[in-house]
Amino acid sequence: MNIIKHRYLYFFISLVVILPGVIALALWGLPLGIDFTGGSLLEISFSGTRPDNAMIAETYAEFGIEDAIIQPLGDDAFSIRTQAIDDATKGQIVAALEEKSGQTVTVLHFTQVSPAVGAEVAARAMGAVALAALFILGYITYAFRGVRHAFRYGVAAITAMLHDVLVVVGLEAIFGHYLGWQADSLFLTALLTVIGFSVHDSIVVFDRVRENSHIYRRLDYETLVNHSIVQTLDRSINTQLTVLFTLLALAIFGGNNIRHFVVILMVGIFSGTYSSIFNAAPILVVWEYQEWKNWFRRRKAEPAA
Amino acid sequence: MRRQNNMLFLIILLFAVAVWIDFSDTIRIGSFSRNVETRLGLDLRGGLQVLLEADVPADTPVAPEDLEVARAIIERRVNALGVSETVLQVAGDRRIVAEFPGIDNPEDVIATLRETGLLEFVDTGDTPFQAGQPIQTDFGLTEEDIAALEAEGIAVYHTVMTGTALDTVAVQPDQLGNPTISFSLKPDYAKLFADYTAANIGKYLTIVLDGKVISSPVINSAIPDGQGVIQGSFTREEANSLAIQLRYGSLPIPLKVVESRTVGPTLGEESVRKSLLAGLIGLTVVMLFMALYYRLPGTIADVALINYTLLTLMLYKLIPVVLTLPGIAGFILSIGMAVDANVLIFERLKEELRAGKSLRMAIDLGWSRAWPSIRDSNIATLITSSILFWFGNTFGASMVKGFALTLALGVMVSLFTAIIVTRTLLHLVLDNVKSAEHPKWFGI
Repeated sequence: MNIIKHRYLYFFISLVVILPGVIALALWGLPLGIDFTGGSLLEISFSGTRPDNAMIAETYAEFGIEDAIIQPLGDDAFSIRTQAIDDATKGQIVAALEEKSGQTVTVLHFTQVSPAVGAEVAARAMGAVALAALFILGYITYAFRGVRHAFRYGVAAITAMLHDVLVVVGLEAIFGHYLGWQADSLFLTALLTVIGFSVHDSIVVFDRVRENSHIYRRLDYETLVNHSIVQTLDRSINTQLTVLFTLLALAIFGGNNIRHFVVILMVGIFSGTYSSIFNAAPILVVWEYQEWKNWFRRRKAEPAA
Repeated sequence: MRRQNNMLFLIILLFAVAVWIDFSDTIRIGSFSRNVETRLGLDLRGGLQVLLEADVPADTPVAPEDLEVARAIIERRVNALGVSETVLQVAGDRRIVAEFPGIDNPEDVIATLRETGLLEFVDTGDTPFQAGQPIQTDFGLTEEDIAALEAEGIAVYHTVMTGTALDTVAVQPDQLGNPTISFSLKPDYAKLFADYTAANIGKYLTIVLDGKVISSPVINSAIPDGQGVIQGSFTREEANSLAIQLRYGSLPIPLKVVESRTVGPTLGEESVRKSLLAGLIGLTVVMLFMALYYRLPGTIADVALINYTLLTLMLYKLIPVVLTLPGIAGFILSIGMAVDANVLIFERLKEELRAGKSLRMAIDLGWSRAWPSIRDSNIATLITSSILFWFGNTFGASMVKGFALTLALGVMVSLFTAIIVTRTLLHLVLDNVKSAEHPKWFGI
């Protein structure tokens, strides 16, 4: 099996997968939830027949809130997103709804985040991701100090990680546009887990390269890296499968409120394994032969042929 | 061989301790006793989480002591309300997270939190005030402020002393059975109060809470011993809540609610049930896969995996870790990592067996070759989870924090089980087996 030989094909596949997400991001942006933008989210259920959206919107308007985004939830509930309202106002709104509908209204969930806190959390979250990347880069460079160009391994792992971040964030942008998903703090948690797994996988492959480079000193680098990928392939597939099993169980049986989280994790972790095999390790080879020097030349030669 | 037996003894001991703790709510060793009930987070059992922030301009530093004092005052205030198992923690350098599991009146709790409880005894001279009337006092104002207010035609009254002067506060019924609040002053203030009342007999001493008049009694006689009574038209509840405010004083810094999350109890119960079911199914499928694919070693790994699960749950109960929905997700993911360690070892074991090594050598070699990748990949995960933990802790994002904690704990326990349990069990079971005679047992 020669994976490295077709490295540009795999880079191309990654590009094809990432591109729609990047376009979605550019067109629609990442749909941020109230955790990052500030605002209120109220989920309520009615004891009897659920009233229509207009009645809810009307009640909110009576309290001077005109921007309510109302979505039905399940059979008897609503999810209502608005600007930040405090708990006292929420209590009054619920009381008004009970009076109007003549039913018992149960608050399933209520969250309010002030815009300042939301913006700060969003900024710091990006900081946290950057910080994590930096620390991991440092650690890999240290852990691979025994091989030539240890720094490259760190950079390759971080590049593969960025690949996975783009896949996941792009997917969120697409789903956000079509299904109304919103990036909340659970999404952030999922994103950081994907980062963790991605690096985890890259390190396992690199570890084999590290070991083999001590054993097969005469082997050319391309064969060495390919050999290492093939040797760790069984492990990559099996671990991938076990993690997917547990996530699949969570997605099917784990309830609605974490399904979004689990789907993001499944895609991200799959992407993490793909990128460690088909991006991270091939990047090492590209770098070793400094192939970018040929990219320009080849392109020039092609039209002639 | 001896070392192996010791290890086995250690594993069995740990296993027994884990089972004991996992299946009991309290543990007792002699006179030592501890509650080890599983703690569920707000998203799982329902309740209210509030993030409070110092209500000062963003560039003004907040003294850590002030934040801590404010936290302690709020804690006493909510405990007096009779809300049990509240958690109040300082988060970062200007915030406090407050958690109230299982409450059904979030509005009231938040109202209590928001009250700053600044009590003033105000000299209003010959003017009596009606309860509920707003009043401008000179407390905390500079002379220029007062002059500016008076220029606008607003009367400013002098504050004789504030709630900090109070020593004890109690609710007592008067002769007619109406509730009143009796108080005593700290010795330093008793003298001041004695002098003041002696000099102002017949004048009004107005009692003001947060800028609003509570009552405006007339000073009938000098009060020499620092004992006084506040009369007003309160209900029993109002008197109690006022007494709480007086007793626990004013906050050193003003706070505002910047975030609140309420989860209804029904949603929580449903989540617990579903996540538990999902966890069990996920674990079963993984164990089946391991046993089918890796045969004998896979079955041993399953034993190690059960051990891993029990140990992790034991740590959750001992530390204690408050389990949230993302926390459970973190735990289930850490199972994946624990399995990965075993997969790494077994793949190496198979390689060594195929290369014709004896089983005993293959176990040791397989393990030692797999170790660097297990170590390095798990350290990378630990780095990510510590940054997540820090992030969650600073912002009072307890969901992110819970996830990071369970993931990190899971990784550490999985390192332990990979190093100790799997290896010892492999040797124990396999040392007397000849792999060449039973290649199918190993899936070669």
